[in-house]
Amino acid sequence: MIRNFLRAALVSLGLFAGPAFAEEPFIVVQSTTSTQNSGLLDSILPWFEAETGIDVRVVAVGTGQAIRNAINGDGDVLLVHATADEEQFVEDGWGVERFDVMYNDFVLVGPKSDPAKVKGGSNIVAALTAISEAEVPFASRGDDSGTHKAEIGHWDAAGVDPAAASGTWYRETGSGMGATLNVASGMDAYALTDRATWESFGNRGNLEVLVEGDPRLFNQYGVILVNPEKHAGVRAAAGQRFIDWLIGPDGQTAIEAFQLNGQQLFFPNAK
Amino acid sequence: MQGFAVEFSAAIALILNGDPELWAIVLLSLKVSIFAVLISALIGMPVGAALAVARFPGRRVLIILMNALMGFPPVVVGLLVYLMLSRSGPLGVLELLYTPTAMIIAQVVLVTPIVAALTRQVVEMLAEEYSEQLRSLGVSRLASVPVLLWDARLALVTALLAGFGRAIAEVGAVIIVGGNINHVTRVMTTTIALETSKGNLALALALGAILIGIAVAVNAMVSTLSLRAEREGLRHA
Repeated sequence: MIRNFLRAALVSLGLFAGPAFAEEPFIVVQSTTSTQNSGLLDSILPWFEAETGIDVRVVAVGTGQAIRNAINGDGDVLLVHATADEEQFVEDGWGVERFDVMYNDFVLVGPKSDPAKVKGGSNIVAALTAISEAEVPFASRGDDSGTHKAEIGHWDAAGVDPAAASGTWYRETGSGMGATLNVASGMDAYALTDRATWESFGNRGNLEVLVEGDPRLFNQYGVILVNPEKHAGVRAAAGQRFIDWLIGPDGQTAIEAFQLNGQQLFFPNAK
Repeated sequence: MQGFAVEFSAAIALILNGDPELWAIVLLSLKVSIFAVLISALIGMPVGAALAVARFPGRRVLIILMNALMGFPPVVVGLLVYLMLSRSGPLGVLELLYTPTAMIIAQVVLVTPIVAALTRQVVEMLAEEYSEQLRSLGVSRLASVPVLLWDARLALVTALLAGFGRAIAEVGAVIIVGGNINHVTRVMTTTIALETSKGNLALALALGAILIGIAVAVNAMVSTLSLRAEREGLRHA
């Protein structure tokens, strides 16, 4: 009985080992949660895969982690949103060249009761100053992601050191955008989020968009081929093909066509 | 809260109506964890049994270490396996990162100490019980290992189930070494983490219910098998 069971198990595992490990052309893209959680990549990648037969495997983590993974060579293409860090990545020789892909914007969300009275404003620095003065809960990514870096920049501009208030009104979740929004929703905290993640987020609770439209909330995405001279395993040809497609007319059109709740979330701007 | 209940039953219906993508995820979870448990059994059972019967300096320390490893944080295991399999790590040339194989390796590291520690405990008790008999037959300590393992087989099924429970429910390690890549390395737990981060709490919870269902089904299946084996054993005796 048991022997038969084990035999059946081994046979089924043998079947599994075949197709799952078969070689087919693919690339690994290190990207951010916003491109995946919003559904953008699920929407545009089938176009590329149908055209080229190259399977695109997306690892969606924060920008900081994506860049570190790419430095380790664990990815062929980097698609993230922290321009200064991306340029540094190329300058340090880890990437070949950086290209603009698309943009959207960050928004400040917070509870409808709005204890810091920032609703309707379009000045992110003034809003953050008001939040720090009111000492009302603010949920920060705290994970070295693109959004976190952008948030830190705005606190700097406001002349506030939120780290000093860490654990009181300033709550660093150390996790992804969605997890941070879940925290903000649970404790009626303010949070800075990219618009794509916000639009696709299903657990808003009392939260709503309070501040938007500040030019400083601009959110640029870039794409970089990981340098094959640094890591011999990088699938450079297939990776370059993906980049050419993404910043070419077909990819840009696919990005433009992606909508969620009747709203365009990413705006192609490759040069 | 009522809206949540409606969403939850909608999500359950979606799952039960046999969404093929979802069932592929369920199947991958099962395959990875079953494979990992079988490999862990091949390593952990002999090691555990040998530790139970052998006497050598440092044995106690090894046992304490093994017991402690049962509580090894999955995230740490994930990081260690990532550092090994990364292209800049020692095994990078194997190109195993972000594959189901990487997830199996991580789960083997997590499950083997559980199987080994529980095996050690079971076999040690059995060895004490059998010690006179084995000595009178002139069987050496290590040579008695296969006999002891065979006689302890029903108790060892529980050890395997404990290992399987750890493997199938684990998320911290497989999300690091698997990357949660759609259609490649996305399993139940990483899907639940992803849906939670999207704020789709009802769907995440429904997936959790399926995961519990799988765990119950596997346990029921194995306990039926071992019960039947036990009855057959009694008949033959």
